[in-house]
Amino acid sequence: MHNGSVELAVKGLNAWYGESHILHGMDFEVHKGEVVTLLGRNGAGKTTTMKAVMGMIPSRKGSVQFEGEELIQLPSNRIAKKGIAFCPEERGIFSSLNVYENLTLPPPVKPGGMSLDEIYEIFPNLKERLKSQGTKLSGGEQQMLAIGRILRTGATMLLLDEPTEGLAPVIVQQIGAMIRLLKEKGYTILLVEQNFRFASTVADRHYVVEHGKVIDMIPNDQIGANIQKLEIYLGV
Amino acid sequence: MNNAAITLTSQPAIAKNRDLSILAMLVCIAIVAPLVIYPVFLMKVLCFALFALAFNLLIGYVGLLSFGHAMFFGGAAYISGHVVKVWGWSPELGILAGTVCAALLGLVTGVLAIRRQGIYFAMVTLALAQMVFFFCVQAPFTGGEDGIQAIPRRPILGLFDLSNDYAFYYVVLAIFTFGFLVIWRTIHSPFGQVLKAIRENEPRAISLGYRVEQYKLLAFVLSAALAGMAGATKAIVFQLASLTDVSWQMSGEVVLMTLVGGMGTVFGPIVGAGVIITMQNYLAGFGEWVLVIQGVIFVVVVLAFRKGIVGELQAWWQRRQNQKG
Repeated sequence: MHNGSVELAVKGLNAWYGESHILHGMDFEVHKGEVVTLLGRNGAGKTTTMKAVMGMIPSRKGSVQFEGEELIQLPSNRIAKKGIAFCPEERGIFSSLNVYENLTLPPPVKPGGMSLDEIYEIFPNLKERLKSQGTKLSGGEQQMLAIGRILRTGATMLLLDEPTEGLAPVIVQQIGAMIRLLKEKGYTILLVEQNFRFASTVADRHYVVEHGKVIDMIPNDQIGANIQKLEIYLGV
Repeated sequence: MNNAAITLTSQPAIAKNRDLSILAMLVCIAIVAPLVIYPVFLMKVLCFALFALAFNLLIGYVGLLSFGHAMFFGGAAYISGHVVKVWGWSPELGILAGTVCAALLGLVTGVLAIRRQGIYFAMVTLALAQMVFFFCVQAPFTGGEDGIQAIPRRPILGLFDLSNDYAFYYVVLAIFTFGFLVIWRTIHSPFGQVLKAIRENEPRAISLGYRVEQYKLLAFVLSAALAGMAGATKAIVFQLASLTDVSWQMSGEVVLMTLVGGMGTVFGPIVGAGVIITMQNYLAGFGEWVLVIQGVIFVVVVLAFRKGIVGELQAWWQRRQNQKG
């Protein structure tokens, strides 16, 4: 399923928030064009992993390689310029800017980003709300805006942190369709999810995270056979 | 829902046009104002309004509280005073020299201070401003306690006589309008949008790929340069550059003006400067009590209307519009 080369390789990643040691040697790989999820309970270190990959946690150790290049020493803005875009759980919409300004704010990092028209095609809602203040959108629209604006930059690897959190089922379906579309377009996606039923509709592989470590990897086509194991891992 | 969307849609465009029409109205009023109000007082208000606008660019749109802006204001006043009085430069070159020096000082200070935020940023700027203050006390060219007095008002561009207060008033008005437009353009440019993004969520702006330090530094230098322009103009207006301009109280006063008028609003600093300068001038009879009155006003503003005069007016207007819609 994943014949592509390794796009993102994380080895022995450790991260600390002040005194507390959150990631205890995360190891995983994401291949080019793949959708991979990090599954796990609250506080397992999924979001922290994304932030550590993105360089947003000052105290981190180990290795994060993107397209063969080591990122662990780089500041966050340089990592973004390599072509990795992060869409945080809280979405990070700027409330003093309108939708259009939010869409055009991120600086282009690589050629080949989507045009605004292509983004409107995926998210028609955004086009209707261009002049609205960013935080006056509905939750689903905000999520679309948060994802839409990183597609314009030309980033090829997307880190999406719980894109479906708190959204209505019909919007969750839309987000799922969008992720499959982005995969078709060749994006590599790392997804953090708590809801593995949703994750199983979009992802190729799942890493199970617990106590800041990867404890298991389940290919999506074997998820049926492993459903009981997963339920124990996730405590559902 | 649809109605709400439509009113929201037209807001930013209206806001921009509204700002410019308010400016045009203010300029029209300012043009006829000297007929009824003493022009030197008006020039003082304009200089301080420009100073407060420059300060507001930093605190209102980048979220950085500088407690050392007097060094740019007063420093530029000394520079322009010196080059005009001793070197015999014309006033426009004097103001330009003051502005450039303030920008350079802003660059040095900014590089040192910009890495810190909040109280640390305020303290670093205050410390550097105090160093500039003591330099001004000691340096021979500043005249110590006397300051630089009797700075001549030579004809501007070698053509127009400025010894007449009315003529000079319009020059100051032009300088003020220029400064206002620079700031207005900045906050509505893509650069200004990045500044607002940094103010709101700095880690997010970084993780989108911006080197936020560069943006903050540029905003700091711009703010310093405009504060310098205000100080340099003020020196020519009053024909005096003194230690008052460079003291920490001046840095505090500009904070007060901005807060009273409305932090982060386009016109707030102008209103704030107007209120504070008017109080200082017309309540001068109370002597030292002016400071106490200022303090009381500051407390009232912080407790009762934190958005400042213009901020509260805007919020009130917004509520009214929403009720109508």
